Amino acid sequence: MSEILVVGEVNNENLADSTAELLAHGKPVAESLGASISVAILDQNTTSAAQDAITKGADKIYNIKDPLLASYQTDAYLASLAKLIQEINPIAVLISKTEIGADIGARLAFRVDTGIVQDCIEISANADNKIQANRPCFGGNCIATVVCESNPMMALIRPKTKEPLELDSARSGEIVDFNPGLDESVIKNQVVEKVEEVQEGIRLEDATRIVGGGRGLNGPEPFDNELKDLADTMGAAIGASRAAVDIGWVPYSYQIGLTGKKVAPDLYLMVGISGASQHMAGCSGSKNIVAINKDPDANIFKDARFGVVGDWEKVLPALTQQLKELM
Amino acid sequence: MSFNIVVLAKQVIDPEAPSASYRIDGGAGKLEVDSSQKIAPVINGFCENAIEAALQIKEAVGDATVNVISAGSDFVMDVMKKALSMGSDEMYLLQDEKFSNLNDSSITAKLLATAIKKIGEYDLIIAGMQASDWDQAQVPLGIAEILGVPCVPIARKIEIKDGRAICERATDSGYEKVSAPLPSVITVNNEFGQPRYPTLRNIMAAARKTPITWDAAELGLSDDDLSPRIKIVDLFIPQKQSQCEIIEGEDEAEMGRNLAMKMREAKLI
Repeated sequence: MSEILVVGEVNNENLADSTAELLAHGKPVAESLGASISVAILDQNTTSAAQDAITKGADKIYNIKDPLLASYQTDAYLASLAKLIQEINPIAVLISKTEIGADIGARLAFRVDTGIVQDCIEISANADNKIQANRPCFGGNCIATVVCESNPMMALIRPKTKEPLELDSARSGEIVDFNPGLDESVIKNQVVEKVEEVQEGIRLEDATRIVGGGRGLNGPEPFDNELKDLADTMGAAIGASRAAVDIGWVPYSYQIGLTGKKVAPDLYLMVGISGASQHMAGCSGSKNIVAINKDPDANIFKDARFGVVGDWEKVLPALTQQLKELM
Repeated sequence: MSFNIVVLAKQVIDPEAPSASYRIDGGAGKLEVDSSQKIAPVINGFCENAIEAALQIKEAVGDATVNVISAGSDFVMDVMKKALSMGSDEMYLLQDEKFSNLNDSSITAKLLATAIKKIGEYDLIIAGMQASDWDQAQVPLGIAEILGVPCVPIARKIEIKDGRAICERATDSGYEKVSAPLPSVITVNNEFGQPRYPTLRNIMAAARKTPITWDAAELGLSDDDLSPRIKIVDLFIPQKQSQCEIIEGEDEAEMGRNLAMKMREAKLI
């Protein structure tokens, strides 16, 4: 039976949400092609993650075990996955465009000499029984539908583009160990140190609500005051447009957009952001956009569900106050 | 011995061009800007960051050469020459009808890797983290795989020391310091500072330089070598349903309050 392979990630011994989303993307495609769906989990204490993956749609788990995989290391991950792919010969490989996925995706494709579709938001089986993927390009202005001309088809899928499948605790699946037989010489780069630059509050990528600020805020102060009050009231993370980052109002880690973070919150409230395609490329997966902008012709009103045309300095305090009363 | 840096630079349609100016051939996976709009192409933003990074490294190392390399079919020389007038030493253009609409990274990476080997010895290959047209972020990683050298994606700082590149690479929660043996491929983001403006002296020097051009035959690449790994079967501008409800109010404070009520009604909060 042909199979679709999902590259799994583990978060605190549980299956990462992004991997559960990949299963949701891959399952219907596997079913329409008569294929099974497997998850590769790299050297973790995997019993719970493996079970977790099975209840969320996986038919088979490959536990890739090697001492060199104790923590994430690009070269070791690449060598292991390449070996697994060559051995099981899947029809497709799905990877989530997380920090790890973005790091290994393209290199893995080149290593096994196949094509990869980057930053997909949707995959499906077409009339020729080929897997095709839709991906935004040209700063999110266009969507390209792409197929692979080689095997396996590989897709790097944007996180939060699909809800995980309903949990089915009655499902059963097979769990097998895979030994990648790694040699220390595969590791070329040394990670000297990892530094966390602490950003207060919720991580943008994980946030279900985001408040974003742009050039229209006219300075850095609102990020610590009005915008922060609003975000705290809503339980939201704070993001920014490239314009605000380039001027130096907030660090790069706040940047949402083509050249920053890709987010997909349930609610994205944008203040003083015009909605240039550069920015929209990073938040097109938002379920609801609310915009406050003094320019009635701002592009953002084409994407927003609710809009206020006005001066944020007057709108925000009243909005925050009212929200405090409602929540 | 001189330290050899190769920088990859791509000519792209201006990312500020409005989508209304796009002319799309969906089946061919091809997008151009309407020529009547007179919107000139530009060097991809992250590629300018890469050129800036290369020039900073050249200044730090001292005896170094910066060679810029690009693949395509339709170069606008005034645009590409900016790479030289910023201060790069030489430019190699891989130009052939067969290199038009390079949207398959496996082909682009193969072209560039072949040319890099043809140029000769290299210590460092620097590229932008992604291009603003196809947004794939793959070509430099592919080149590293083809050449069998290490790769450090998304660096924001590079220091050359004892035959290694010590890089700070941006991560979701901060950065990590990675030490890679040379030669290696490094991609950069926009944290190297503003790409420098060409000086008059460099503009004059660039005007006297002629880029070296190679076509597929000169690179020794057959049609078979250029067979695609991916294919774009459709390309389109997604329809937006513009149904923004503008919140009314006596004054802006009331609009703010009404917005809160509206968001609650719609169960957004």
